[in-house]
Amino acid sequence: MSDALLELDRLSAHYVTGRGTRVVKAVDEVSLTLRKGETLGVVGESGSGKTTLALAILRLLPTAAQIVSGAMRFDGEDLLAKSPAEMRRIRGKRIAMILQDPMASLNPLFTVGDQVGETLRVHENASRRSARERAGALLKSVKIPAAVQRLREYPHQMSGGMRQRIVGAIAISCEPQLLIADEPTTSLDVTIQAQYLKLLRDIQREHGLALIFITHNLGIVARMCDSVAVMYAGRVIEAGPVREIFNAPLHPYTRALIESIPRMGGGPERLTAIDGQPPDLAVLPPGCSFQARCPRVMDHCREEAPPVFDVAAQHSARCWLARP
Amino acid sequence: MSADPASPSATTGTPAVFRLPRIRTEGLPLVPIAILLVLVVLAVFADVVAPYNPEVGSLAQRFKPPAWVAGGSTEYLLGTDHIGRDVLSRLIFGARVSMMVGFTAVVIAGVLGSTLGILSGYLGGWVDQVVMRVTDTWLALPALTFAIFLAAIVGPSEWNIVIILGAVYWTRYARVIRGEVLSLKERDFVRLAIVAGCSKWTIMRRHLLPNVANTAIVLATLMLGVVIVSEAALSFLGVGVPPPKPAWGLMLADGKKGLMAGYWWLTVFPGVCIVLMVLAANLLGDWLRVKLDPQLRQL
Repeated sequence: MSDALLELDRLSAHYVTGRGTRVVKAVDEVSLTLRKGETLGVVGESGSGKTTLALAILRLLPTAAQIVSGAMRFDGEDLLAKSPAEMRRIRGKRIAMILQDPMASLNPLFTVGDQVGETLRVHENASRRSARERAGALLKSVKIPAAVQRLREYPHQMSGGMRQRIVGAIAISCEPQLLIADEPTTSLDVTIQAQYLKLLRDIQREHGLALIFITHNLGIVARMCDSVAVMYAGRVIEAGPVREIFNAPLHPYTRALIESIPRMGGGPERLTAIDGQPPDLAVLPPGCSFQARCPRVMDHCREEAPPVFDVAAQHSARCWLARP
Repeated sequence: MSADPASPSATTGTPAVFRLPRIRTEGLPLVPIAILLVLVVLAVFADVVAPYNPEVGSLAQRFKPPAWVAGGSTEYLLGTDHIGRDVLSRLIFGARVSMMVGFTAVVIAGVLGSTLGILSGYLGGWVDQVVMRVTDTWLALPALTFAIFLAAIVGPSEWNIVIILGAVYWTRYARVIRGEVLSLKERDFVRLAIVAGCSKWTIMRRHLLPNVANTAIVLATLMLGVVIVSEAALSFLGVGVPPPKPAWGLMLADGKKGLMAGYWWLTVFPGVCIVLMVLAANLLGDWLRVKLDPQLRQL
């Protein structure tokens, strides 16, 4: 596709521990395509490789982990071929990221103005003064009241929601093409969460940036995203447009996830939970990684891992049930 | 505490007479500033202020007690030492030597130790290994013995003492700062800086250095006392500031001999000077620590 912004092609990132005796396949053969201005939700439970995937895209994996195979293209350029210095110029400028705990993402010793302006000064060599002016405008754009006065204040003087919006302002300061938000709302309460999501959405529309939204909250995905990728045990087990996935989930895991969302107006029946634990990523069973918990497991699932089946134009699933 | 006359507690219950006039001094630590100011002025204008030559005495005037003690005279306000040198003049000139040695050595140790500590903590790997193994070795040697050894090699002089003390004590900074950096580098603001594309150098300079500055300053105020006392010890052993020169530590060491004979003024006055300077540095350091932390600043 010509307007693809980010393309991952069978990307694998493994943690190698114990001198190679233990290989944890945190991200395994993940293929994704993200178009300009689109929002992709990455869902999965803890330990399913969502954060590793995000770090792999930025090439910021911890030293124990490495990208072992696959390809990664960003705006037509091969990200894996970039030098560390080139990657540094991409980070923050073209691909920005909001971390899991934005509350702790601000340096307690600097004013908010300094920190919002820092990325501008690093990437665009902006002068102190112009960085400050633009920081003021950015704070306004993330709807912080009395933005100019706030520039002189310190992180501890702000509420959690405000700090989060400041982190958002830092992320968009260089007008990136892609923003990766790694569970940005987990540390917020529900009302602030809703405001923040709306803000992200507005920012995204305004600047036309693509967004990868990493979360374990399907409700947020339904509201925010155009398409969704469900991760389980390091693999994308189902991917497609949000509407299709929610209306007609193919993979039993996706179905179980959707059924475990509490709904208003539903009957008094109990919420369904998924039995069991995700497998140990170092000792994956032969065959499908979800077999032990799958309600519709077949003999074939225990023998051979399902490949990716394309169900519709953009809908794919790694499940034998989806075999055409 | 009288250290902070502008604090609310001092303004509420205190009679107006005892209140100091408010001339934009809110929050400034007046006591340590005053002590250091006096010491600095004395050190700078020693030639003008001191009544006598600090290095020449007259044997006829040996062991004169301070002016207010029986047998003392107003000629020698704080008495004279074993070769008839004026104690007051020696203290005034000694301020010059002791402050120069003390502050410079602490700054050298601090800059060296903090830099290596940040590099070692943040970069990790072989840099960390090298710096920390050197630090271990350094710390395993008794500081004073090591200093004596170095001094014996390069020979006694004021500047050599400064460099030696800096070289001996930087390891304490390196250790503490490295530990601090190890915990700081896992904090999210450092990660955010990485994600925002800052280079390692930028992160160390802009994010780590300011965050460890507090620790470094507090450590410096503590080290000042240690360094001045070390200088005294080295001088006492004859490898410090060369003898005719007045230094507080040297005076203290010289005076020890007279202590049993009742010549208390030879040790008490230099001792008081050292205590005052260390105290002032500590108070100032404490104030700076609070001042540099935006969360405590408003309180």
